[in-house]
Amino acid sequence: MENIQFIIRRFSPEKDEKPYWQVYNIPFEEGKTVLDCLHYIKREIDSTLSFRFSCRMGVCGSCAMLIQGRARLACNTQVVELKSKRITIAPLPNFETIRDLVPDLKPMFERHKYIKPNIQRDDLKEIEDLEKEFYQSEEELQEYLQFSYCIRCGACMAACPTMATDRKYLGPMPLAQSYRYNNDTRDGGSKIRHNLVDIPSGIFSCHMGSECSVVCPKGVDPAKAIQLMKREMVFSFLKLLKKKKPCGLYEEKKERKRREGIPEPPPKTV
Amino acid sequence: MKDTKLWTLHLFAGIAVLFLLGLHMAIMHLDEIISLFNPKGEEAISWENVLERMKMIGFVFVYIFLLGFALYHGLYGLNKIIGETNIKEGTRKFWAYFFAIFGFLLFIIGTYAAIAAKIVSVKF
Amino acid sequence: MSDKYYDNHLGVKGWAVGGRYSIERYLYTLHRITGLGILFYFILHIFVTSTRIFGPESWMKAMDSVSGPLFRLGEFLVYFAFCFHGLNGIRLILLELGFLVGKPIEPVYPYKTSIGKQRPIMIILMLISAFFIILGGYDFFLGGE
Repeated sequence: MENIQFIIRRFSPEKDEKPYWQVYNIPFEEGKTVLDCLHYIKREIDSTLSFRFSCRMGVCGSCAMLIQGRARLACNTQVVELKSKRITIAPLPNFETIRDLVPDLKPMFERHKYIKPNIQRDDLKEIEDLEKEFYQSEEELQEYLQFSYCIRCGACMAACPTMATDRKYLGPMPLAQSYRYNNDTRDGGSKIRHNLVDIPSGIFSCHMGSECSVVCPKGVDPAKAIQLMKREMVFSFLKLLKKKKPCGLYEEKKERKRREGIPEPPPKTV
Repeated sequence: MKDTKLWTLHLFAGIAVLFLLGLHMAIMHLDEIISLFNPKGEEAISWENVLERMKMIGFVFVYIFLLGFALYHGLYGLNKIIGETNIKEGTRKFWAYFFAIFGFLLFIIGTYAAIAAKIVSVKF
Repeated sequence: MSDKYYDNHLGVKGWAVGGRYSIERYLYTLHRITGLGILFYFILHIFVTSTRIFGPESWMKAMDSVSGPLFRLGEFLVYFAFCFHGLNGIRLILLELGFLVGKPIEPVYPYKTSIGKQRPIMIILMLISAFFIILGGYDFFLGGE
């Protein structure tokens, strides 16, 4: 069985002033992911190696790291697709490193919280004492569905050039999520979010480096969301945008009649 | 909506600069290929050609608009770059005001030169 | 656990290096460098060209002081920077106003992104930019005196 070389950036806050590179040789088997190899190293070679993971199937977003110079999910990256026998792994840049391959994602989550990532409406009764669901058509759902697949792995933040220098910059993920909620017909908080992102280190610090969309492991395309939000803000400033009201509750049409022979639906649960 | 305003103006200034500077570049650097507004021979920077353009009132406006839009577009960009280098809020504000004042002074100097050139062109 | 984290922000070098990026990321860097170059030249240019108000002698003197081969090369670089910055700027304006990014789509693997959508326009604009740079290069270096 042939060997492959893993060159991993190590950092232990107790004993290291700065990170260093450590080389591990491990046997290569087809079908192994980078996360499998990290597990092998931890189990068989060096139990002190730290990395974060959870679901192993590209859903939780815990294992994002810089693999061969590009931010990817370790569980979603097959070693064979890297087409190299020397694989370099480092923690996600543009975050602080807690230990080895573990970045501190807290600033990202704080910014995410800042942009109010939930439905904002004036009619609180409809949210707190909901009798019916809000009506949203399939077409309206498609307007934001792509951006709702975000797993907050931080890959986009690591690839963003503005994030490299500006610690206050909101970043691709929170900005994309801001657009996701603005474009949700159930939401009425566009104006609030426009004001939240219209700050010196806000949406206009995105200069379309485009890399966030390239590295996104879920095809969320944050660059698209950010540009569409800029358009929304500029057009709204130029008074070229119609004001939208959040959608109302689903009203069943009374005149609808059930066709003969079609069985009754199960009783409603909400 | 402060940044939205400034950024929208940055975009429009960019478009204006593209056309005006495009014209300027074509006059100055494609002089041997298309020879635009160079009635006294191909050399765009020769005094004779410069004088001819100084006499045209249209160029006074072209230069003033180009100056204003280019200064705004360029200094807004530079201010944005400096603002992204993790400086303190106070320092960021200092640079923003500095560029506003610096840009305004350059605009005054350039505008004066464009108008004065038209006035003095009759003497030469 | 120690709270002595290692600051892994890439800093200014992260604008250009620090990863294996696609071409648009390097266009972003070049756009920034060319913008700064044009601005620096432009500020000097305001002062140099203002000498025309003092008459032909001042003008000729100012032009002589900036006519060396290094200045000539510098001037060509500014022309290069303008051609690139202007045409890449058109792409950026169209993108940033949401015209080239397309509509939100269902992400199905292999994912199609807005970057792929704008790429043909990017290639066309870069070819136009190259055409103007070559044309200007001919005028600068090969054209008659």
